[in-house]
Amino acid sequence: MQDLLGYALFCAVLTAAGWALAAHMSGVFAGRRNLMSPVLAPVEQRFYRLAGIRPDNAQGWKAYALAVLAFNGLGFLALYAILRLQGVLPLNPAAISGMPPDLAFNTAISFVTNTNWQAYSGETQLSYLSQMAGLTVQNFVSAATGMAVGVAVIRGFTGPKGAGLGNFWADMTRSVLYVLLPLAAILGFALMLQGVPQTLQGAANVTTLEGAGQILPRGPVAAQVAIKQLGTNGGGFFGVNSAHPFENPTILSNMLQCFSILLIPVAFCFLFGRMAADRRQGRAIFAAMGLMFVAGLLIIWWAETAGNPVLNAGPNMEGKELRFGAGLSALWAAATTAASNGSVNAMHDSFMPLSGLVQLVNMQVGEVIFGGVGAGLYGILLYVVLAVFLAGLMVGRTPEYLGRKIEGREVTLAMLAFLSMPLGILGGAALSATVPAALVSLQEAGPHGLSEILYAYSSAVGNNGSAFAGFGAATPWQTTALGLLMLLGRYAIILPMLAIAGSLVVKSRAPVTAGTFPTHGPLFVLLLVLTVLVLGALTFFPVLALGPIAEQAALTAGQSD
Amino acid sequence: MLTQLRPAFVLLLAMTLLTGLAYPLAMTGIARLVAPGAASGSLVFRDGLPVGSDLVGQAFARPEYLHPRPSASDYGAMPSGASNLGPASAGLRDAIAARRAAWQAENGVSPPVDAVTASGSGLDPHVSPENAQGQAARIAAARGVPVADVLALITAATEAPWLGLYGQPRVHVLRLNLALDAALPLPPAGTN
Repeated sequence: MQDLLGYALFCAVLTAAGWALAAHMSGVFAGRRNLMSPVLAPVEQRFYRLAGIRPDNAQGWKAYALAVLAFNGLGFLALYAILRLQGVLPLNPAAISGMPPDLAFNTAISFVTNTNWQAYSGETQLSYLSQMAGLTVQNFVSAATGMAVGVAVIRGFTGPKGAGLGNFWADMTRSVLYVLLPLAAILGFALMLQGVPQTLQGAANVTTLEGAGQILPRGPVAAQVAIKQLGTNGGGFFGVNSAHPFENPTILSNMLQCFSILLIPVAFCFLFGRMAADRRQGRAIFAAMGLMFVAGLLIIWWAETAGNPVLNAGPNMEGKELRFGAGLSALWAAATTAASNGSVNAMHDSFMPLSGLVQLVNMQVGEVIFGGVGAGLYGILLYVVLAVFLAGLMVGRTPEYLGRKIEGREVTLAMLAFLSMPLGILGGAALSATVPAALVSLQEAGPHGLSEILYAYSSAVGNNGSAFAGFGAATPWQTTALGLLMLLGRYAIILPMLAIAGSLVVKSRAPVTAGTFPTHGPLFVLLLVLTVLVLGALTFFPVLALGPIAEQAALTAGQSD
Repeated sequence: MLTQLRPAFVLLLAMTLLTGLAYPLAMTGIARLVAPGAASGSLVFRDGLPVGSDLVGQAFARPEYLHPRPSASDYGAMPSGASNLGPASAGLRDAIAARRAAWQAENGVSPPVDAVTASGSGLDPHVSPENAQGQAARIAAARGVPVADVLALITAATEAPWLGLYGQPRVHVLRLNLALDAALPLPPAGTN
């Protein structure tokens, strides 16, 4: 009961804050001045001058997509170079050597695609320079890339006929300057006060009361943890991520981080309504996402609180911190898999199979239950296109959304984007379940082993980044395969969605008539949820039956291995 | 494509300077001014020497101290870790059975769940109040003091959920052990 009241208050505060942030963001992306402009506008203008761009110069979808690819491609090269060369670069108090090529490849792609999968442990494999100038930068700009694409796609759906999709460079810069950086500074400061280290000193050596030595890793942690949550990045400073007491020391720090995971994705729903000049449209999308989120949360909460029937030992506390307990670990697990964040405050590998099932579904539907910053919104618009198409088929009318006809081209592109999820997840997992070089990564045989593989590939393609961490992801096979699939999961959605936006924005908007299917009421919310569940989740049902469902059934029957 | 390279290059460089250097270094500077202790690991000192961090769990094995939860990395922090064992695994079932037997043998009562499960971080600084109370008799015997004295310290050290809504009641292991040493010091070696 304590947990459920806590969840309700959390959701209420989150919704209110997301609504307020959306008001701020709609001004930012329209180029209007705000409270921070006196300080930050000169910086922004200088960036534009140096870069030789005009922020008001709207791009078509192809130019916008090229800009995204150029910026992310260069970001990948720069990060790869830093990781390989960290051994000879400054700010390396622990004298850590350069990363091996396959791990650096995996890590660089992971952070550029906003996945932030960790096949390494930060405390022993990354210098402070890599953490700051490498990873923290991509934490900001990969999030800003997602936000920019999200805003561009919204403009395509809602903008006036013949307008462009906006300017990627301006959208990206404004995302960092007016949204991510101020929020990260506030959150980072609060976390630092709670005890998250923010120092350039190396590890501390202490002698315990029993006379044993203990080495305590430190670093500029608070600044990075702040953006890792706000930007739905999720890659931790330390290997065990936000379970580590230096990343997440207190219950307050836990609530602030959990809130930050969902804040911008929630705000994007309301931003959509504002940009569509019809706030009901944003609320409908928020309602659909919220329903799926709460349903998943309650299942995880129930499974973790009930605990393991075989062990008969109270709530499931293996892999969980005592201060968070089953309640706050369940909330985090639901938030981080729904929102494409991927940070953890408890180890998902040790959650009950039913919880693992929800986590998998959250990722496999394509990270559209709030999803990544920007990415969740353009992802759900993919399902919106399919949902209105299905509705059109049922009533025999040409489908429309926000007054624009959804025709063959849009539906084809949406299906193309949609199919990248099953292709990447099922194809990658199937290959990984059969190739001997891949199978060495498994910690366990049987259904749980299949869940481990499935989780890794769902996380990579969904650009989530969390893991069943018993899975040994640091083999050349896995770093390479997962790295390539992170690219698929990111750009095989971004490019078709930008193309759909480009195709819609040139269409004229039909007036609303009595025959128009309303896309803001409960019927549409239900249709959208069903579309996500039928298309997204049922695609994976057969393999889920062999993994988490089989494992849960065995546990309920009182069997363990 | 070429027209995109200049802004890509310039903005990546600008963002690296702004978010990769200026932002974390400014935060570090502010941290040093505002909260130097919290920002450098919340170290705990006794007699001028660092004995741990207020936030990070440590191994305690002697009978006179409160023992922490099991840790998959045995409280090593470079790096720390979890068992990551699946809920149906034989490894987890056997580990829990072994921990349960050992805890019962040591304390004479059956253990609460947090005493037989390893945390996610491997560095959990807390135990549950039930876990601490279960160890009280052993601690009191080792220190040659009444159990009530130890229980009183445990009660005083028990923290409640935040706002009554979030998190679990808990006892901080290192803080309690420091309090035990301060309030109920061990008899000098060899006197009993």
